[in-house]
Amino acid sequence: MNVHAVVAIYRFEMARTWRTLTQSIVSPVLSTALYFVVFGSAIGSRIDRIGDVSYGAFIVPGLIMLSVLTQSIANASFGIYFPKFTGTIYELLSAPISYIEIVLSYVGAAATKSVLVGLIILATASVFVPLHIAHPVWMLGFLVLTAVTFSLFGFIIGIWADGFEKLQLIPMLIVMPLTFLGGPFYSINMLPPLWQKLSLLNPSVYLISGFRWSFFDKAEMHVGISFSVTLAFFAVSLAAATWIMRTGWRLKA
Amino acid sequence: MTTILSIDDVSKTYASGFRALEHVDLGIEAGEIFALLGPNGAGKTTLIGIVCGIVKLSEGRVTVAGRDIVGDYRAVRAMIGLVPQELTTDAFETVWATVSFSRGLFGKPRNPAHIEKTLRDLSLWDKKDNKIMTLSGGMKRRVMIAKALAHEPRVLFLDEPTAGVDVALRQEMWELVRGLRESGVTIVLTTHYIAEAEDMADRIGVIRQGKIILVEEKATLMRKLGTKRLTVRVEAPVVELPASLAARGLVLAPDGRELTYAYDPGGQQGAVPALLDGLRDAGIRIKDVETTQSSLEDIFVSLVRE
Repeated sequence: MNVHAVVAIYRFEMARTWRTLTQSIVSPVLSTALYFVVFGSAIGSRIDRIGDVSYGAFIVPGLIMLSVLTQSIANASFGIYFPKFTGTIYELLSAPISYIEIVLSYVGAAATKSVLVGLIILATASVFVPLHIAHPVWMLGFLVLTAVTFSLFGFIIGIWADGFEKLQLIPMLIVMPLTFLGGPFYSINMLPPLWQKLSLLNPSVYLISGFRWSFFDKAEMHVGISFSVTLAFFAVSLAAATWIMRTGWRLKA
Repeated sequence: MTTILSIDDVSKTYASGFRALEHVDLGIEAGEIFALLGPNGAGKTTLIGIVCGIVKLSEGRVTVAGRDIVGDYRAVRAMIGLVPQELTTDAFETVWATVSFSRGLFGKPRNPAHIEKTLRDLSLWDKKDNKIMTLSGGMKRRVMIAKALAHEPRVLFLDEPTAGVDVALRQEMWELVRGLRESGVTIVLTTHYIAEAEDMADRIGVIRQGKIILVEEKATLMRKLGTKRLTVRVEAPVVELPASLAARGLVLAPDGRELTYAYDPGGQQGAVPALLDGLRDAGIRIKDVETTQSSLEDIFVSLVRE
């Protein structure tokens, strides 16, 4: 294994994070704080408790997931798309590095970044609402697994995209609506029966439910189900990313 | 001489169906400077791309120091440095960071001393903390060369390295290339400036429409294909060339004021003095004499026109 290369790419990508601190860390934190002000304090005080959890606390796991999903996709897709766009990808392709190592370093850096964002949001949230995390290890596990999975997904989008517009297309038109409808702001149990069933087709429902369970020890569904679905999504993304790299699709002529 | 790079029967067909390379066979000797010449679209960049792992080969086999570029890609690519034709650099990185990155990417442990030497050799040392986007085009080109040299490659590919580079930098760059060759690095370059190939290369290959049409020692090539031309301008127009002179191959221009004679510089000695004597004997008064030798450029143009 070419450890030097993995380290070099990882550091390069992390350097990009620090260089674009406002965009990659400050802005998600700011927007989350705004969500708390609007939904947590202003409107949340007029909303009933959900189960025995205050509405302000209830939305915390969903908000973290919302940011982790969008950040993972944005970071990973941009990380691999930009060298393709500028042409510096030649160096990556001519380097003694395997496809797995390329995926590992880009996805690893993107996931690190979004886990950091998730933890910072968690810290921010604890300023607004009293939080007790029931299963901290599971919480971290879900956070990391989701970050890695969606970084893989973002990596695939970055390889597939051949223009900046396409880079935004899937996150905007598919991921964002699915995440918002996946229940960061409500429990799917509140929905009419038909919509509850339809919601089960939305993968982000499972992510948010599992993550919420790790906070409150309660969720819409059993943690085993939400964890299995998350893991399955991870496996599919990993297989797709590896296959894409192996065929050189959109990278090698 | 041992062959360091061996290209055997390599063909490339792009997804569009375009056949860029047609059964290419080429061997590059260790330690030489090899110039690959060819018109635009002849397949030079494709060939380099295949060896460096950027383009997938369709048929054939390539080995570097006996190792297969596909099966043993790690060992092969660690030996190769590539300076591509397009000026593609990161914008926001510093020179030092980007060159150090390249070294790591190619699997070598940190070595600030080597990076410093490379930057100094390329007159980039005082720019090491500058962001690449602030550099001029020529400086960016040097950065790309520094990146390619960061991991101490044994074979260096320079794909038109002097395109858009001023004369002073070009000279400096060739100094560097000569220095690299002396340290044992094999260099394969493509260039528009045929004069450079003429100056620099030990051997020359010409590629046309995806086929290697010629590989020759530069000296042999110049001797074989180079011709000299003698032009004699005369004071009074010559109406008819004496038969004895015409028989020697002297050609009269339509206006009668110029006589030309093409000859092989390595051929029969004394032909030119004899010709001049002949002119004097025929009473033709010479105004001016000029000889020109065909350059590699002329040879090249005649080859690719064929």
